[in-house]
Order: sequence, then C-alpha cells, then structure tokens
Amino acid sequence: MKARLPILVTLALFLLMFAAGSVAFVGFFSVQNFLNLFIDNAYLLILAVGMTFVIISGGIDLSVGSVLALSTMVASSLLERSGASPAVVIPLVLAMGTALGLFMGYLIQAFTLPPFIITLAGLYLARGLCYIVSIDTIAITNEFWMGVAYASLKILGNSFVSPGAILAVVVVLAGMYVLRFTRFGRTVYAMGGNEQSAILMGLPVGRTKIAIYALSGFCSALAGIVFTFYTLSGYALHGKGMELDAIATVVIGGTLLTGGAGSIVGTVLGVLVYGIIQVLIVFQGTLNSWWTRIVIGFLVFVFCLLQRLFESRTKVVAGKGVSAPPAEAEAVPVSRGAGE
Amino acid sequence: MAAWRRLSRTKIVWPLVTLGLLMLFNLFFTPHFFRIEMLDGHLFGNVIDILKNGAPIMILAIGLTLVIATHGIDISVGSVVAISAGVVAMLIGGDLAGNPRVPVAMAMAAALLVCTAAGMWNGMLVSWIGMQPIIATLILFVAGRGIAMVTTNAMVVWLYVKPFALLGQGYLFGLPFSLYIVAVLLAATWLVSRRTALGMFVEAVGINPTATRFAGINARGILFWCYTFSGFCAGVSGLIVCSTVMSADGNNAGNLFELDAILAVVLGGTSLNGGRFFLFGSMVGALIIQTLTTTIYAFNVPPEIAQVVKALVVYAVSLLQSDVFRARVTAVFARREAAA
Repeated sequence: MKARLPILVTLALFLLMFAAGSVAFVGFFSVQNFLNLFIDNAYLLILAVGMTFVIISGGIDLSVGSVLALSTMVASSLLERSGASPAVVIPLVLAMGTALGLFMGYLIQAFTLPPFIITLAGLYLARGLCYIVSIDTIAITNEFWMGVAYASLKILGNSFVSPGAILAVVVVLAGMYVLRFTRFGRTVYAMGGNEQSAILMGLPVGRTKIAIYALSGFCSALAGIVFTFYTLSGYALHGKGMELDAIATVVIGGTLLTGGAGSIVGTVLGVLVYGIIQVLIVFQGTLNSWWTRIVIGFLVFVFCLLQRLFESRTKVVAGKGVSAPPAEAEAVPVSRGAGE
Repeated sequence: MAAWRRLSRTKIVWPLVTLGLLMLFNLFFTPHFFRIEMLDGHLFGNVIDILKNGAPIMILAIGLTLVIATHGIDISVGSVVAISAGVVAMLIGGDLAGNPRVPVAMAMAAALLVCTAAGMWNGMLVSWIGMQPIIATLILFVAGRGIAMVTTNAMVVWLYVKPFALLGQGYLFGLPFSLYIVAVLLAATWLVSRRTALGMFVEAVGINPTATRFAGINARGILFWCYTFSGFCAGVSGLIVCSTVMSADGNNAGNLFELDAILAVVLGGTSLNGGRFFLFGSMVGALIIQTLTTTIYAFNVPPEIAQVVKALVVYAVSLLQSDVFRARVTAVFARREAAA
C-alpha cells in the first residue's frame, strides 16, 4: 500500500484536474479529449518509458530530447533528400538511436563515469549532429509518412486515435512486461536498490547498465519517428528541453530518483497529468502557455517532497539507506587517493 | 625537470596547457588571431572578444565551482540568467526615448535580489530538505524559464536605456567593463574562500558532510550559502547577458549556459565528486570553451556544430578524470616498458 501511495496521489491529481476541467469548461469532458492526451503526448510517453528504466536503475539520461531531434533529422533527410524507402529509414534510425545509447552506456559502465555528464555530452553531440545534417527544417512529403500522419482509427463511436498513440501504448505495455516479468527488468530494480548488493548477488549489472542506456536510446529514436508522424518535419530544434519533461513526468509518476522503486503505470499517469495541465491552460485561454512549465516545476517539487518524507520513513523501518548514506559512503576519498 | 614535476602536480597546469595548445593552433592556422587594435581608446581583437564573450560563463563558473566543490550541482543557472534578464528588462522598460521606468541601479538590484532568492530556494531544498542537488535544481531549471517567460509576457523586450549598456558593451581604461566585474567577483570569492577557513569547510562538506557536521561545522549552512551564491552569480551573469544584446529573451537568454559553466568548472580541474576546487582553473576552463567557440567561428563552421566539438571535449576530459581509464592506460605503458 505504502509503495503505491505516490501513484495513487498522481491518479487522484489527474482525476481531480479532469473533473475540474469538465466542470469549468464546456466541451472539456469527452472521450476524445481523454484520447487526445495520448495522441498529443505519444512521443513523450515513449521517451518517458525509456527514462523510467534509466531512473529506476539509479541513472539519468539527459540526451533523449536531442536524440529525438537527431532521429527526426536523419529520418526526414533520408526520406526527402536521398529518397530512401521507409522500410530502410525506420530500422536505420532505430539502430542509430540504440547505438548512441550503447556508446554512452559503455562509457558509463566501463569507466565508471557519471551518467549525468556522459549523457549531457550526448545531448550536445546529438544536437550538434542535427546541424551537420541540416540547419533548416526538412518537411516530409513521403507518401507512407503522410498516410500514417493523417490516419486515424475509430474507437468508441466517433472518437479516434492516431497510429502514434497506438504505438505509444504498445511501448508502454511492452515496457511494463519487461520491467515486471523479465530477468532484465528485475535486475534494473536490484541495481537501483543497491548496486553493490546486486553485483554480490551475481546479477549481470554491467551488461544490464549498458542495455538500459541502449534501450533509452532506442526509445528516443522511436519517439523521434512518432514525432515526425505528428509534425511531418525534421528540425534540429525539435524536442528542446524535452529530456527534462520526460524526467519530470517520471518523477510525477512516483518513480524514486534515487532508483530502486517506480513503475511504468506511474509514468503513464505522470504523462497524463503533464498533458492535462497543457489542455487546461489551452481551455482557460488567458494564461500564457509558459505557465505549464511553472506548474510542472511546482509538481516536481511537491512529488520530490513526498518522496523525501516517504524515504525517511522507510529508512527507519527497513534500515535501508536509500538517499544520503550511499552518496556519503562513495565520497570517502579512497578512489581519490588511488588516482593521485 | 624537478620544477616541472612540481608544477605538473598542481591542478592549474593541465587547463593552462590545453588553453596554450588552442592558442598555438590559432597562432598558426587563424590569420590575425592575436592582432589587437586600438579604436577610440578601446582595445579590439579576437583575444579581447574571447575575454568579453566569456565573461557571463566565467561569472557562472565562480558560483558553480563552490557548489560542485560540495559534491553538488546547480543546473538551474541558465534559467536564473533568463529570470535576471527578464526582471531587469521589465523594470527598466522598453521606452524608445531611453527613459528607464525605474532607476537602472534599482532595477539591477531588484534582479539580483530575485536571483539570490532563487539561489536560496535551491539551497533550502538541498540543505534542509535534503534533496539530491540535480533534482532540487531541476525544479528551478524547468520552472525558471517559465517564470522568465511569464515575467516578460513571452515577448522579447528591447531596451534603449543607454547607461545600462555599459555593463555588457561598455569599456573602462580600454578594456571591456564586464571583465572588471569578473575580476572583482573572482577576487572577492578567492579572498573569502582561500584567505579564511571557509573554502576548506566547503571542501570538507564535499568530502563527507556527516563528518563535517561532527567536526562542529554547520554543513547545512555552508551548502545553503553555496547555492545562494551561485544564484547571485547567475543574476550578475544575466545582467551582463541582457546588457550585451540590450534585450531580454526569456526563451533563449542563458540557454545551455548551465552546461557550458559546468564544463568550464570540470575542465578547470574541479572534480564532480567534490572535495576540492580551483577557482582560477574554472576561469581557464571558461576561456578554453570560449576560445574553442571563437576558433570554430574563425573557420566558418556553423556555430551549432561547435556543440559536437564540445561533446568530444567533455568525453575526453571525463575519461582523463576516470580512475579506471587512467589505470588501464598506465597498465598499457607499464607493459610496454616491461617488454622493452
């Protein structure tokens, strides 16, 4: 029950905001408006699923927004300038994203480098590579791409969803299965709980760590493709700051930033909360859309505060130092002495 | 030889060597790189430009050096730069005749006050609530840009008040005015941290906060003031940024500055694991970044591609800081010597 508390809070928050919107604005309460949350945030949902794995393992990936942008650039450039077929472009882009993640994961794992810095450099790298492809926006006119972009599937009477949204839901379900029922998923939790223990238990921590970042890279590339379905363009400034949106939604979804606890269901709720704030601000009409960022920042604050309260309680109960103790233990200058 | 050995052990040497190599490269390959001209009693030239354009990052790096020394990080500085620019621009107002709405000095003081408060907010979250620094400052990173945009009503505010231009464009005794600000801030910080025990306390907190507290030092207070100071520095930097372009753009002012500033500190030899800091190293780090950028411009490479180079520099520097990497390289050399 206690472990579910953050998710329940997020769920309550979402329902409350949806109810408030329905009461305050005409035309807010509809199935379509709910489905739109998935349509408009499909790419964010996919990014957030990858980010959930990274954060549960105790790491962070700041490169996702840039890798998304690079994917839109490479996809649109290959389609429009090289005239490549979508059957080639899609696997190629996915492979590129995975390779970038693999590269960063390898550096982090093999040389025990901080994920924050390595993925930060990844953010620069991918964004810079975008400009090498092109400085301008590349509009996509490929038939297949246009077909997917304008396609809609009717469900529940007159309501519809986009292929992107369906893809996002598939990624969510796959993510849930992997995280919950596979060895890989369980290792991710074990690593986030306590990496040393996980190693001592004989879990393949090294391999898993690299795989996690590769997975996040894959999700970023896939999100990039979904993003091009949504905008029909490749542009180097796409997804600017999106890494932090993804992290924020994961945190709002109740995943512990210190690692070891969290869920994809929570992340989905986090994305929905994020989406509904935007919709509420659009419906409200007079507020500047930048209020979204302020509200998101505030929500991250509230949820971090909740997590701190939650952590300090479990620490007393289980004696498991989730937050400060490991960091302090690491700071003992043993490695420093060896280095100099 | 002995002198070189003693010198090579000080941390400032490697950043200086890097900067020297960059300069050497420019000496041979960039025409007129070192030419300095006297126009209207002001000095002009590439080297002066590097110092002038590097000033905002140098100021950010002063505050960040202390924060990183405590084993922390402040990723909100870029957003605080935007807030500072937004506040001062709104208070001065976009009057075409050049009459400020509020006296310039008062507007600047107000902006600095707001930014110091922002730093206090970060400090409070890290020291008293005990959040991880990345997350605590992530909140303001996300919300800060929103606050800046709401302050300026999501518009770019142009300023026409002449005296305000002194800060970012003005000259004093032939040198850019902003350099004097850097010098004063640097000297003050150096005096306070190195001529008193304060700097050692900061390093102590970075090595082991608990032990520091047991030693009778107010570890929380030190953390709090480090983040507050970082906020203040971001405020000063924002004033210069705003004055240089005589406009406040909440969306782009200070964009990615946090990354440049962190990179400057790390290049300067301050480890992200905290415990030691090198103020002058950080200044050299900032100059390395600015020289790199200027060099890339001089070769007519689109400025955006500079990010790729920056990313590669980050990877190289992180690898050099990694104990595992150094151990491996040493092992390779040792084997070669053994074979010979």
